[in-house]
Parts: sequence; structure tokens; C-alpha cells
Amino acid sequence: MKILVCISHVPDTTSKINFTAENAEFDSNGVQFVINPYDEFSLARAMWFKEKQGASVTVITVGDASTEPSLRKSLAIGADDAIRIDAQATDGITVAKQLAEVIKSNAYDLILTGRESIDYNGATVPGALATLLDYNFINACVGLEIEGTSVTASKEIDGGTETLGTELPAVIAGQKGLVEEKDLRIPNMRGIMMARKKPLQVLPGIEATSSTKDVSFEKPAEKSACKIVTSVDELIDVLHNEAKVI
Amino acid sequence: MSVLVFAESSEGKFKKIAFEAVSYGKKIAQQLSTQLIALTINAENASELSTYGANKIIKVNNETLSTFNAKVVSSIIAQAATQENAEVVIIDSSSNGLYVAPAVATILDAGYVSNVIEAPSNTSPFTVKRKTFSNKAFSHTEISSAVKVIGLAKNSFGVVASDEAATEEDFSPEIANSGVNSTAINKNAGKVSIADADIVVSGGRGLKGPENWNLIEDLAEVLGGATACSKPVSDLGWRPHNEHVGQTGKPVASNLYIAIGISGAIQHLAGVNASKVKVVINIDPEAPFFKAAEYGIVGDAFEVVPQLIEKLKEFNSKN
Repeated sequence: MKILVCISHVPDTTSKINFTAENAEFDSNGVQFVINPYDEFSLARAMWFKEKQGASVTVITVGDASTEPSLRKSLAIGADDAIRIDAQATDGITVAKQLAEVIKSNAYDLILTGRESIDYNGATVPGALATLLDYNFINACVGLEIEGTSVTASKEIDGGTETLGTELPAVIAGQKGLVEEKDLRIPNMRGIMMARKKPLQVLPGIEATSSTKDVSFEKPAEKSACKIVTSVDELIDVLHNEAKVI
Repeated sequence: MSVLVFAESSEGKFKKIAFEAVSYGKKIAQQLSTQLIALTINAENASELSTYGANKIIKVNNETLSTFNAKVVSSIIAQAATQENAEVVIIDSSSNGLYVAPAVATILDAGYVSNVIEAPSNTSPFTVKRKTFSNKAFSHTEISSAVKVIGLAKNSFGVVASDEAATEEDFSPEIANSGVNSTAINKNAGKVSIADADIVVSGGRGLKGPENWNLIEDLAEVLGGATACSKPVSDLGWRPHNEHVGQTGKPVASNLYIAIGISGAIQHLAGVNASKVKVVINIDPEAPFFKAAEYGIVGDAFEVVPQLIEKLKEFNSKN
């Protein structure tokens, strides 16, 4: 089984978000970038298929050379090779088009992604990619087993889970629950050394124009101070009469 | 030209966000001086949508659609958009909506923006405001394609009454090959889901162990809310991961969010700050959550919460 894991290179979850160029651009100054946490769950599951079922694992991202540390980290975790599509990740559908172009000529059986990235949160790439490729698609996946070409997946739904069956080739968008937190991988020194020798291929992107553009950003308005109440009676009173939420 | 809204239902009943999405669609239809068309699939009271401004309701009734299938539903929405010559297609950014909308946009060769929270500030260029950076910021995003797909965030625009005399039509789209088949659905019977809840009661490590979760459950029950937890609590295995709310867990956009024994890490706050009113109960007055909350009580959860449950029972019996 050939697995492709799509990785997004995003600001760390603890990052303070700031903008520059009169709020037109994200300010990456001083920001630590990481593998998108949702993608990390999918990567960890891919490693399980590699170790238990002999799958090969390729990781891919769309972006400039600054995204390569996340690909190297994925290689250090155990992916076999990496691809960077040298193009700007301008919006989800454009990223999906760039990915689809590479996938069409490489016949991957299973495409794993995260449900969304924690920067733009569009939750667009996996669904758009599956549609472009006409592959089966399961979103918000919290459990995944594969026998031959037969896929059994558990999907989170509002208030529970749904068991779904489908066939490869498929796009599966993972999230928390796909693997246990303890099964997330931290690269060890040997993995880091080996990653340096693994192939990282840079491919040119295709011409693709985005239909959406972030023209400006803003941060949430400063919050007024928290009102400290001293009794449960007072809390119920303010929630009922002031906030009107109970 | 028209605006099309997919009004989502479950087991025949409209979800609350369906009314919000139709209200939002009405606003855009007014901005574009065009009519609003609502699409329903196996909904019982489709005519209800006229009270939120739908001019025309196109109804799909098909027994094979009783279980939600993303590929089939996205194909139906795209067919409806084509038939109605829709310039704007609105799909809510709930879990099912997020599942289908990227496919709809791809089929229609449309630009797609999810998690939108306001009516367009401008219709030329078409500009919407959406949540980004896990609720730490907003983006004003322009959509330049002829057809635009908009994902509406829950509890953002609100439900607005707008009476129209709607016409109703049956719609019989082609049913796509499903590709993915549902074999079992496991729902927590009788429990309010975090996605649907107006009130969410959430517990953190301050509760000291899973054996104390009756405090969270009892408070949620008396408020008619859902239960949730912080990331450490789910990582420790005290609660299932599907209750984890925060940046990498479930997003919360409820009317009231009560955080008990949760310090308020930046990742947690990012996931819950779309809630309208946040209450924090924490023994540590320096807990960061106090900076994010509207109301707070500095106190021991093991004393405050039982009192709160008792007083809310009294409150409920009077109101």
C-alpha cells in the first residue's frame, strides 16, 4: 500500500498571532512552526500501517522552502520520502489542485490529511482533493483499518461516531482519536540522522489561480474585564438578568 | 441568478443552524436584489423556511437518503445550484456542512470560504469575514469566482424572522454513487451533543479525577447542556477524546460555556472563545481563564459546584 500524507506547516498552538503590512499579512516573526496537529494524527496512523502492514509512506506539502523543516521532521518520524510542491498555498482549493496534479501521476492508494489546519481552518483540502481525484472520502476520522483495498473507518459525528466502509483509493481526513496521544511520534536522534539522507523532492507547482484572497486580518476586540461574583446566587442572577443565557 | 441555501435536517427535523443559514441567505439575497431558494432533503416541515425569508423551497424526498452521505448530498446541492443558477450557495459550517461544502465548491468551480460569521461587507468585490487562526483572528476574504460557496459558522449571524410567501417544488436530482457506506451509528442516547448545545459545562484537571465527573454531569443536566473537558483531561483518559474541546479538539460556539477547574491555556481558549458568555470557576485567581471570561467565581469547585446545582434546581422550579 502506497500512502501519501499531506502535511501543513503551521504556527505552533501556543503562538500569539500578529499581522504586518497594515494587517494584510501574517507576521511570522518569532513564530515557531510545527506539523499541523491534525496532520500529525494521520502521520502517526500512517507509521502504524508502515510498521504492521508494510506500507510505504510519502509526505507532501505545498509551499516555499521555509516549510521543509516540517517535511524533515516527518522523515525523522519515519516517512520514507518527501515531496515539496514549490508553490504558494494561497487557498484550500488551490492547494488541492496542486496535490491532485502530483497524485494523478503517482497512484497512491491512500491519501491521509488532517481534518483542518490550525492556521486558516478552512477544512477544505481533503474534500476538494477527493472530488478532484474522484476518490472516496471520509472526514473527521477517529479510527481506521485497512484490509486489502477494503477500508473500515470510524467517523466522529455530532454526539457519537459512525462506522463507515469504503474502498481504496481514498482520501481520509484524520483528527484527535485516530491514534492515541501516546502514539504520536517524537523523532529520536537516529531518526533525525536518517532523515538527512532520505529523498526530499521539490516539484514545480502548476499554474492555478485562487478564487479567494485574504485581504486583511483583524484580532478579536479587547475583552472587558471579567466580572468576579462572590456567590452562587449572584452568578445565577447575572446569567439570568444581565447575560440572559439561562 | 439566485442565492441557494442548503437547510440541513436530521431525521426529518431542521437543525437550528438551518434557520440561521436561511436567515443569512435572506440577507445576502437582499444585498444582491435576488431571490432566496432553500434546498431541503427529507425535511418534514419544509414550509417553515418561508418564515425566515425563503422565496422558493425545493424539496428532495427520497428514502435512500435517510442516512447522510457526503458525496450524494454534495452532488444534490451542486445540481440544485446549477438548476437555480445560484450565484451564492450557503452551507452551514457544522460537521456535515464542512464535509460536503468543499466538494460542492469543487464541482461548481467556485471559491469557498468556511466559518463565515457576518453578512458580506461588500458584494463587489464579494467580501466576507471569517474565523481564522483557531479563533485567534478574523480574516476579511474576497471571493472572485462567479459562483461563491459560503460556510456559515454556528451562532454567528443569528436567526432572523422575515415572512415570505414561498413557493414549493419537488426536486428529483440524480443520486450519485455513494462510494462510502454507513454500517453503524453509535450515539450517546439522551445526551446533548457539544455541537448542538446552547450551554456547555466543561471540566479540567482541577476536578482531580474522573470519579468527580458527576459534578460536571449534574450541572450540565440541570442546565440542559452538554459536558466537555480540557485536553489534559482527555489525554489522561479521564474522559473520552470526543469531549475534548479546544484548538485541536472540538470547537465550541455555545451561548454559555462554564469552565470548572480549567486554567485556560491559550489552546483551550482558542477553541472556546467563540462562545458568547464564558464563566470560570477556579480556586486560583491568577488562572488565565479569568482574563477570557465574562464572569468568574474564585473558589473551590468542590464547594461551589454543588451549591450551584442546588440553587439552579430552585431557579428552574421558579422559572
